[in-house]
Amino acid sequence: MNPFDYVRPASVAEAIAAATVPGAAYLAAGTNLLDLMKGGAARPGRVVDITRLPGLDRIDMLADGGARVGALVRNADLARHPAFAAAFPAVAEALLSGASPQLRNAATVGGNLMQRTRCAYFYDTASACNRRDPGAGCDAREGENRAHAVLGWSEGCIATHPSDFCVPLAALDAVVEVEGATGRRDIPLEAFHQLPGTTPAQETLLAPGELITGLRLPPEAAGFSAHARYLKLRERTSYAFALVSAAAALRIEGGVIVDARLALGGVAAKPWRARAAEAVLAGAAPDRDAFQRAAELALAEARPSGDNAFKIELARRVVTRAFLLAAAGTPARMPALPASPFASETGAHSHA
Amino acid sequence: MTLSISLTINGVRRDVDLDDPRVTLLDLLRERLDLTGTKKGCDRGQCGACTVLVDGRRINSCLALAISHDGAEITTIEGLAKGDLLHPVQAAFIAHDGFQCGFCTPGQIMSAVGLIGEGEAGDDPERIREGMSGNLCRCGAYAGITEAVIEAQRRLAEDDRRIA
Repeated sequence: MNPFDYVRPASVAEAIAAATVPGAAYLAAGTNLLDLMKGGAARPGRVVDITRLPGLDRIDMLADGGARVGALVRNADLARHPAFAAAFPAVAEALLSGASPQLRNAATVGGNLMQRTRCAYFYDTASACNRRDPGAGCDAREGENRAHAVLGWSEGCIATHPSDFCVPLAALDAVVEVEGATGRRDIPLEAFHQLPGTTPAQETLLAPGELITGLRLPPEAAGFSAHARYLKLRERTSYAFALVSAAAALRIEGGVIVDARLALGGVAAKPWRARAAEAVLAGAAPDRDAFQRAAELALAEARPSGDNAFKIELARRVVTRAFLLAAAGTPARMPALPASPFASETGAHSHA
Repeated sequence: MTLSISLTINGVRRDVDLDDPRVTLLDLLRERLDLTGTKKGCDRGQCGACTVLVDGRRINSCLALAISHDGAEITTIEGLAKGDLLHPVQAAFIAHDGFQCGFCTPGQIMSAVGLIGEGEAGDDPERIREGMSGNLCRCGAYAGITEAVIEAQRRLAEDDRRIA
């Protein structure tokens, strides 16, 4: 780990002032930042510890049916908040499918959004990586790339954003609250993360020193609570990034879909909202044919970036199944294996 | 630059001067405070051998800066037994052969204590396996670990009922 100056500001204004210098990084739990620093993939000269900032650890269920979540709320606490999990079950399920219990106990909401889009070549400082070292090239293009992006990638970078949490947030129109030297602003979660294009190192819309203070879920997002699921396909049952994941949410009235939401994870450098798929479901019956049409549309622009053509068909099937699960209804209790295709509601042995 | 922090570790207050902000909680415990029960496996948050309780919650101490946890209450494997009386989770790991080489065991036990405290897994083996998935065991003692957690969970629940 590189040497750094450690700063622990007492207010948001102090934090922003301390972080508005080149090479500064905010530290919350550090579950991603410290990991990257240990490998040399991140080398901040100044670490601004925001864990003591007051007022950023609240979960507020709002009178209009929406919710506001402070940036320092821990992933596990949000997933276990009864009112939040009841209103936004796909968000809770996604949170509980991510990382490990120890990491979820530490990792924060803001930190989850700020975790780096990354692949093994980003971690390996002996490899060329445009995201870590702009202009260096991309060793993943001709390397081990079966898990890489199939949507929105560029010749500059084919890595994926690994967040589970952000996938239902994108589907449900979450808004990120940020504060910087020039004041506060809102950024739609869907616009927060950037596709790589020719500047993969520019991952988010944040300006230098800007700090995430919280995020909001709009009241409409709670309207999907009866039919909302997150489905995550991994190469082992637990504690692994998604190969492909999907957050699917439906509003069904009189046997007809009146509104649908869909976002995919593990397929792009950002959580991937699929609006064309949503549109085709409006007015349809909630059946496999409709969901397969939606899945076709969701992946219409997908193309392999390497040895990963299989992920495109996999994603279609995950989308179809996530919608079938959502149509069947949000389970009364969180499955024993959240978001897993092997999940059973009863908690009985699913395998082994 | 000297950075002074104060931690309560296994009920004892420890004041520590750090000469470098890079020190992790894991390295502080092992290298500065001689609490070597907490193990360094991967040192990258992937294996769980370094699991400790911070303010009652299980976390990976390898991915925590010590200085950022100034004022915290830490419980390590050394803080579980009361003299010669093992903690119920420790006793259950012995009774069910929940280990072979033992290197991952302190982390497994601290994780199990955290899991039982979270109160969501109950005696459902599938939920226990999922809840223990942040702890790897290269000897493959998982079956015994699951049985140990089930038994410890039952015993602690009985103790709670007796007290209540």
